[in-house]
Amino acid sequence: MSTILKVVRYELRNVMRSRWVIAYGLFFLVTTELLLRLGGSTPRALLSLLNIVVLFIPLVTIVFGTIYWHASREFTELLLAQPVQRGALFHGLFAGLVLPLSAAFLVGVSLPLVLHGGLGRDSIALLALMLIAGVALTAVFGALATLVAGTVDDRLRALGVALGLWGVMTLAWDGLILWVTVAFADRPLEQPMLAMTFLNPVDLARVLLILRLDVAAMMGYTGAVFSRFLGGWIGTAAALAGLAAWALVPGLFALRAFKTRDF
Amino acid sequence: MIAARGIRKRFGRLTVLNGIDLNVARGSVTAIVGPNASGKTTLNRIILGLVRADAGEITFDGKRLDGDAAYRARIGYMPQVARFPENLTGRDVMTLLRDIRGHHAPRDEELVESLLLGPVLDSQLRVLSGGTRQRINAALAFLFSGDLLILDEPTAGLDPISAGTLKDKIRRERDAGRALIVTSHVLSELDEIADRIAFLLDGVVHFDGSREDLLRATGESTLERAMASLMRPMSRTTS
Repeated sequence: MSTILKVVRYELRNVMRSRWVIAYGLFFLVTTELLLRLGGSTPRALLSLLNIVVLFIPLVTIVFGTIYWHASREFTELLLAQPVQRGALFHGLFAGLVLPLSAAFLVGVSLPLVLHGGLGRDSIALLALMLIAGVALTAVFGALATLVAGTVDDRLRALGVALGLWGVMTLAWDGLILWVTVAFADRPLEQPMLAMTFLNPVDLARVLLILRLDVAAMMGYTGAVFSRFLGGWIGTAAALAGLAAWALVPGLFALRAFKTRDF
Repeated sequence: MIAARGIRKRFGRLTVLNGIDLNVARGSVTAIVGPNASGKTTLNRIILGLVRADAGEITFDGKRLDGDAAYRARIGYMPQVARFPENLTGRDVMTLLRDIRGHHAPRDEELVESLLLGPVLDSQLRVLSGGTRQRINAALAFLFSGDLLILDEPTAGLDPISAGTLKDKIRRERDAGRALIVTSHVLSELDEIADRIAFLLDGVVHFDGSREDLLRATGESTLERAMASLMRPMSRTTS
């Protein structure tokens, strides 16, 4: 346990110094501020922000994460020749990746909202949910990056795989959903759609928030289906559980790969 | 102190180690020699747990290594090419390792002084020359006075003065009762420090004994010639 903390402390210092993470936090700060000034009401600003969050967090986390794991290869080799368990090192490195990115996102989004003040009760609940969704997405795509970097040794190829994964889950997925709705327009699609939502963490994060907004119908087919079937807290809990599974399963595969690989 | 039994390791289709048996005793320097790609580094990394053997077992003071990391507190390792986190300084790395090993761990900073590392410890490692990094690498291996020191090509890239300092240190540590495993291509250097020679060829220990045994067995006068004559029959059968 204490070894994990030592590794985390070291990696935090290392990552926090990186310009990437600072720029990432500043991006959310500026975007939130702009949306608040231009968008008027807080719920509408949050809705716009949501669309940025579900695209941008996965992209930055998976790219930064893949680079991060390859860049810490030297550090890993140095530490594994010391009395350090592989599992402890893995958890320390993973926390060193996810904690700074989450912190940058949390601070970047909350700061303008808090400074503007006047947050209603609904907006606060919505904001809290968005922060949870953002952190969950960071954990999910951090785990995916860990798996990619741990199984693809070549840096450039790993980066390619990571970008491809992001593209499939964000851009191509919507196309797939659209195609399914058109192609099977004459059949009942509610349940298949529900299943498909759980197959994509980005969709899950989106659904998590849409369920709290009264705009489900505006946010596409899956949103509408989801709110009808799993509206309310059960839906929220199901979406959160789905996101947790999306972080845990790739993470555990990555841990196994890390424990058995050769350095 | 270390005993390896039947160690096998393949990388893909390439069999690197094909049943290695080796004992390393306290108070002696065991030289692992062999042609390029004979598995010397892989064997070192298996002892350290960086590489997992496909078969065979290694015991450390009679205890079988089973994935627990605690035994590495007693090992100092000098890799062939030290790969450090680039944005750290030598002092950062020393502090980090001290943190990991605990502040009560015995410490030996003799090499930091005798390799004249004082002035470079506060520079980032990436700006240092290969030779300087190698000196830091050496000092780090000895920093915690391990009972077992694994030195992979320790003098490669070092200037003659530093290499001499390092070899003196190796002798002193041996006399203090530590076990040392040294791999090297520079056989004349091993001539000076090796008590025992294990010659790796085709994934097995082809010869294992004192240097006198080796010279006697081959009828040669230097280690270099003795090794060449060990390799000759093999190259004839393979070519």
